[in-house]
Order: sequence, then structure tokens, then C-alpha cells
Amino acid sequence: MKLSTRIAVPILGLCLISACQKSGVDQVMTGDAANAVYVAPGEYDEIYAFMSGGYSGQVTVYGLPSGRLLREIPVFSKVAENGYGYSEETKAMFNTSYGEVPWDDSHHVELSQTKGEFDGRWLFINGNNTPRIARVDLSTFETVEILEIPDVAGLHCAPFITQNSEYLVSATRFSVPIPQKDVPIDSYKENFTGLINYVSIDAESGEMALDFQIEMPGFNYDLARNGKAKSHGWSFVTTYNSEQAHSLLEVNASQKDKDLLAIINWKKAEEYIAQGKFKERTTSYFHNVTNEATSIVESRKETKTRILTPSECPGMVYFIPVPKSPHGCDVSPSGEYIVGNGKLSADQTVFSFDKLMEAIANENFDDEIDGIPVINFEAGLDGIVEQPGLGPLHTEFDGKGNAYTTYFISSEVVKWDLKSKQVLDRQPTFYSPGHLVIPGGETTKPYGKYLVAMNKITKDRYLPTGPELAHSAQLFDISGDKMKLLLDFPTKGEPHYAQAIEASKIVSKVKKFYPIEENGHPYSAKNEKETRVERKGKEVHVYMTAIRSHLAPDNIEGFKVGDEVYFHLTNLEQDWDVPHGFAIQGANNAELLVMPGQTRTLKWKPQKPGVFAFYCTDFCSALHQEMSGYARVSAANSDIKLKWGLNDDELRSE
Amino acid sequence: MMMSLEANSHNLDKRIMTKSRIFMVLACISLAMVFLFPLWQITLDAPQFPGGLHLNIWVNKFSGSGKHIIQNINILNHYIGMQAIEPDSINELKYFPIIIYTMIGFGIIALLADKKYVYLGWFATMVALGVLGIYDFYLWLYDYGHNLDPKAPITVPGMVYMPPLFGEKWLLNFYAKSYPHIGSLFLGIAIAASFMSFLKCKKHSSEIDE
Repeated sequence: MKLSTRIAVPILGLCLISACQKSGVDQVMTGDAANAVYVAPGEYDEIYAFMSGGYSGQVTVYGLPSGRLLREIPVFSKVAENGYGYSEETKAMFNTSYGEVPWDDSHHVELSQTKGEFDGRWLFINGNNTPRIARVDLSTFETVEILEIPDVAGLHCAPFITQNSEYLVSATRFSVPIPQKDVPIDSYKENFTGLINYVSIDAESGEMALDFQIEMPGFNYDLARNGKAKSHGWSFVTTYNSEQAHSLLEVNASQKDKDLLAIINWKKAEEYIAQGKFKERTTSYFHNVTNEATSIVESRKETKTRILTPSECPGMVYFIPVPKSPHGCDVSPSGEYIVGNGKLSADQTVFSFDKLMEAIANENFDDEIDGIPVINFEAGLDGIVEQPGLGPLHTEFDGKGNAYTTYFISSEVVKWDLKSKQVLDRQPTFYSPGHLVIPGGETTKPYGKYLVAMNKITKDRYLPTGPELAHSAQLFDISGDKMKLLLDFPTKGEPHYAQAIEASKIVSKVKKFYPIEENGHPYSAKNEKETRVERKGKEVHVYMTAIRSHLAPDNIEGFKVGDEVYFHLTNLEQDWDVPHGFAIQGANNAELLVMPGQTRTLKWKPQKPGVFAFYCTDFCSALHQEMSGYARVSAANSDIKLKWGLNDDELRSE
Repeated sequence: MMMSLEANSHNLDKRIMTKSRIFMVLACISLAMVFLFPLWQITLDAPQFPGGLHLNIWVNKFSGSGKHIIQNINILNHYIGMQAIEPDSINELKYFPIIIYTMIGFGIIALLADKKYVYLGWFATMVALGVLGIYDFYLWLYDYGHNLDPKAPITVPGMVYMPPLFGEKWLLNFYAKSYPHIGSLFLGIAIAASFMSFLKCKKHSSEIDE
């Protein structure tokens, strides 16, 4: 009986896919969808949507409702186009305990919050492969910090923020031996451990610090959310593979009827830390932070972490069973409902915070795992949304008492009532959505109005581009009783999660350029009089400036084969949208894009004697094409002195 | 007894607070306003400068769209060979404020003296200074617009780039507008008020209006 339902639902899902593609098109043709997403030339979108890039490692910024791509922010992948990760200033951003890791898999975007609402200050995102969390400054849309998280493997479950940006909560996806050691894989149950990590955020600077880690049973930790409003002070983390399988997880980690939701009282954890109930462990991780004055990334190697063990810290961690390998767990705007999305279940489980607290107070526990009490399922349960679809992954909220859940297998978004658990509407998506985002949907005050489903499968949605396709997203209007499909747009990388915020919360804070008087870069030249070339043995430093439409100096002689030349380019412009670029023939690393008021450095190793051209790569002005120069390289043993200048009559020499 | 005291003080008020003096106070205050508002504004409109580039000319400085307006205008101007505007080398910005302070000083002397011909003298001096100021401004505009670097990247034969003294004009891709700003309005009020002082002043200031 149950089996037949499970087969029937995906088949029905497949039918919906083919049937509803047409209906989607019809809606767009007949409705006023075009008007609803039309943003007239020169007008601004209402909302910024920040989407993770998945395997691209980056973050993309879209405008809603137009679906226009506004910018791709480089985060975890080096970008030769502007020198991010290649320039001398930014290369330290990729330092990890594994050496330089110039790529990652970025999943979950979290915007900073104050009093449970987005404040538009910072964006945080995880690196899944080499466990890291990055911070993007939303006044410049630049990555300014990356913190490595030690002793975890696969930081998928990250970085979930608390309502006043006190902490970013994360957890290991893969349990591993801690500290790492050479053991047989089948000793999983004895040797493998999980960790839940609390990273604090400095309220002023935004700088992150690993505050403490909680040692957990060796399960897979999947996703988390923090309590808000009444449940502020608690974190909720889903687990799967409570079977503790280490091979063929698709079968062996799907055997139990229920996995577990971890419930953490982080205020209690803070008390234990204050009481000194932690163990300090020696480990190794990197913390890379941009020095605001110099704009140079400084890399620090950290060696200590503080560990809390649940069995020694009663009242800090609890479990409650959740049906079938839960994926997302999401907390309603009031903080009362915690939705467990059991991805292999046809049902949707909703817990009540009040009931959980009551169960904890009454010690209504069924079991204990490694000293962690397991709350009775019924005692914490608020209700079940029965068979709303198949493969629930993620839920967001509109602030009007409704929840919206993506169903991967049945390829749809389902709207349901949080209190009554009744399904109110369902709309197909194209195809198989992962996360969804409602502007402000994770906060205590959702903005509502729109919903974007981020789909995993594209197939025939756009003009074909060969075997590899862009992922697709669908924008729905959720202001009425029924969701209405407005727009379908391709996205970059593979957006997993996204967060969206009213544009007005960011627009007024955005910097237009870097004030040159605040440029504290040790190799800056703040005007053309300060430009010069200096030799220190094999190292040659070129203090160069760019302003429309020339580089200064633009004729340099006296480089030698075997030198290490550093072109420190300062953009002297003090106006919006006048970047200058720098490229030189034979550069084995990258080119540079330098924003007004900024200094960026490209290292160049001349390999053979000759005269090599360099030029500005950003079409900055009518005479951009003239914005170029020559570097003369002589043999290693030549005695040609350094000589530089901008006009023949102004040549200077060492 | 009380009656006569009140009448006396009333007469005293009338003698000190003459209409001519009130107008002269107004003239001095208005003149001082040129330190709070720009005298002139030149606006350059082009599509890629949303809202236009505004250059405000004060008695002692420049301002406009952003802190770096002079640098940004100089960058544009150098393509057509116009000289860079260098506020530090413009002497007018140094001695014009001294002239304003001096005229405020003379204004105070004039209102203390409260003599018809002194008011007239102040009025006439201000008019003369105003005319000279506008002429000086014209010379600067002429020089910037005509004295072009022959090696300029962009040379359009026969083209000069003198912004209008008053009015609007196309200068290549820019539509230039040049109009007096609030400071000039106050300057006008100062001149008009001083003329009113002259008109309202009795030949013998000791005479009391009946």
C-alpha cells in the first residue's frame, strides 16, 4: 500500500512535469506576468537576491523581479579577470591548512541580521570542500575574510546565522577521525566523530572567530537553522546517516525510519565556556582577513580550538527523531514552528518550540545517545503535513502564516498553512527544485511578495547550449492566494541557497569608490609625483598610477631577466565606475582590475630580453586604447640602470 | 512723568533705528551670505553623467558634484587641451574674500555714520566691484575656453570651449548651463538694500521723522 503510493507519486510528478510546462507558458502569455517583472530601462529592481554559486565557489547577485544578473562576487575561486586570488594583496585569501586551495563549492548564503531582520551589512557563505566560511562586505560587494573551520569534513551545514548576528552555526557533513589519524574505514563507529561549530561575529567589524565546537556522535550533519524571537538562543541541526554507514550511503544510510534533529541551547554552551568546561585542543586552521587600511589580506595560522562535550555539559544538546533522512530544517518567523524536511518521506514534520521546551522540562526522553537525551517524538511534534508531495527539501515563510516547501522528486513548490498543516496551493517548477527563497524568508519579518525556486535540472527550458546547461530559477508571485509563475531565468554555477533583501537596505550603503586619502597600502603612489621604480636585489617595485588615459610611468627600462617585478598600480580616479586594468605580456598569473582609489599588485617575471607592452584592460575612456606602455628587459648580466618616466622629457633614473 | 520717558525712548529708538540703517544692516548680512552660498553654477550635462556635473563657484572656493569635482572636470578637459583648474593658483579665491570682509567693514562704518553720501559711496563701490567681478569671471572663462594646448588629443578645428557666462550652450558632447547661484542673489540684495539706505537717508541724519 505504502509502496504503491511511493511509486505513484513520482509517476504523477512526471506527468505534472510534462503537463505543466504548457500551463506555465500559458500563464505567462495570458497573465500580466510580463508587466510584473518588467523593470523599465534606468529603473532599479526592488530586491537584491544573493545566490550561492555551488561548484563555481562564488556568489551571484540578481535583481528581482527582473531576474537580471547584476554581479558575480568572487569568493572561493580565484578569478584571473580581476586578479582576485592572484594579486599580491588577495592571494593570501586562499591559504588553508592544506596550502593554497583556489576553489570551493559554495552553498548557503546568510545575510547579517539585527533583531531578527536583515541589516544589509555582510553576507556569509560556506566553502563545502575545504571547510571555510567567507564574509562579503555589502558596502563594496567584495570578499574581505575567509575563516577555515578545523577538524570537520564537508562544511555543507553552514553558515547559519543567529538573529543578532552573534554566531554562525555550522556542522560537519562527514564525520571523520578527530584528530585525523590513519584508521580502517570500517572502524567508523569507534573512530569517527562529528562537530558542531560556533563562529562568533564582531558586532562592529564583522570579523569572525571560531568560538567553540561541540563534539557530536559520528553522523552526517546536513543543515541547520537558529531559533528566532521566542526560540532565540537555540540551534536546530538535521542529521542523516544515524545508521553510521560508511559505504553505499544511498542504501545503508536510508534504512532507519527516523533520523535525528539536534537541538542545541547555545546560551547554555556559552555558560559552560564561561565556566571553563571546555577542552582546549591543538589543531591547525587559517584565518585570512583583509586589513582595511592597506586592503591587503593578512593570513594568520590559528592552533587552538575549544571543545565542549555534551555528556559533560547537561542541558546543552538534545535530539528528537525526524522521519527519513531530513535535509533542511526551517524555523518559522515567530520562532515557534521547526519544520523538518524528511527528504525520503512523503510527509512533512512540524515541531513546536513550546512543546520541545515542555518535553525537556518534563524530561520526556526515550533514549540517550552519547549522553545526549532523545526527546519523545510525539512530545515535540506539533503536527504533520500529510503527503504534500515527494522529496521535501526546504521551507521558507511569507510572514502571513504560510510555509512554502520545495519538493525535489515531484518537482513542485507547495504552499501550506503552518497552523492547520493544510496544503493551500501547489505549482510545478522546471525542474526539481532544491532550495527556494522568499525575500526576508528566514527572518522574523519576511518581505513576502516573491518566491524564487532554484532548480537542479534545466533540460529544455532555454535555447540549448550543448551538454552543459545553466541552472534555472523560477520566480513566483506569492502575494495572492495562489502562487503565480512570473519568470524563468538562467543562473550561474549551481545556486543552492539564496537570500534576498529589500534593495533599500543596501543601496544607500554602497561605496562608489575608495577615498584615495584613506589608501594605506605600503606601495601606493597617491599622485604621479610619487611614481617611481625601486630595485632591491632581484626584486623590482614599480609604483605606478593610472588615470584617464595614461599609466605613469609608461616607459620603464632596466628590468633584467630573472627579476621579480611587482607592478603596484594605484588607480587615482575618484569617481564612480572608472576602474583601470593592467595586463603585461608574459604574465603567467593574471591581469588586474583596480577600482578608483585602490592599489593592486601584479607580480611579473621577465623571461627573455626584449621590449614588452603593458596596457589598461578596462575600456576606461576615449583614449583607452592609448593607455599603454613599454617595459624593456635586458640580459641578467646587463648593467643598464633603471630608468622610467611618462614623457620623454621627464625620464627619471635610479 | 512716565509718559515723557516713554516718548523719549521712542524718539531715541527712531533716531538710532533709522530705515537707512536697517537697510544697511540687511546689506551687510546679505553680503556675508556669499560665504554660505556659491555665486555661480556651471552644469555640464551628458548621458554618462546622470544628473550632470555641477561646478559651483564661490567667492573663495569650488564645490559641486562630489568632493572630487575639480579632478573629474580636469580629466575631461585635458582631452580637448583645456588647462587644469587649480584652485590654489587662482588668486581671486584669495583676495575676493578680503574684499568682501572690507566691504562688510565699510558697511558697518556707513551705518554708524548714517550719511547719505556714504551709503551712495558703498552702493557705487559694490556695483563697480560686481561689474569687475563678472568681467574677471568672463576673462577666466575666455582663457579656459580659448587657450588650448595645441598637443591636445582631441582638436576640433575652429572649436572653442568657452562656457557661456550666462545661458546655455553645447560644448561637444556636453550641454553646458551657466547661471548665477544663491550667493549672487544675496549680492544683488546687498546692492539693492544699500541703494534703499541711500534713498531713505535724510540729508541730516539728526532730523527725526515726524
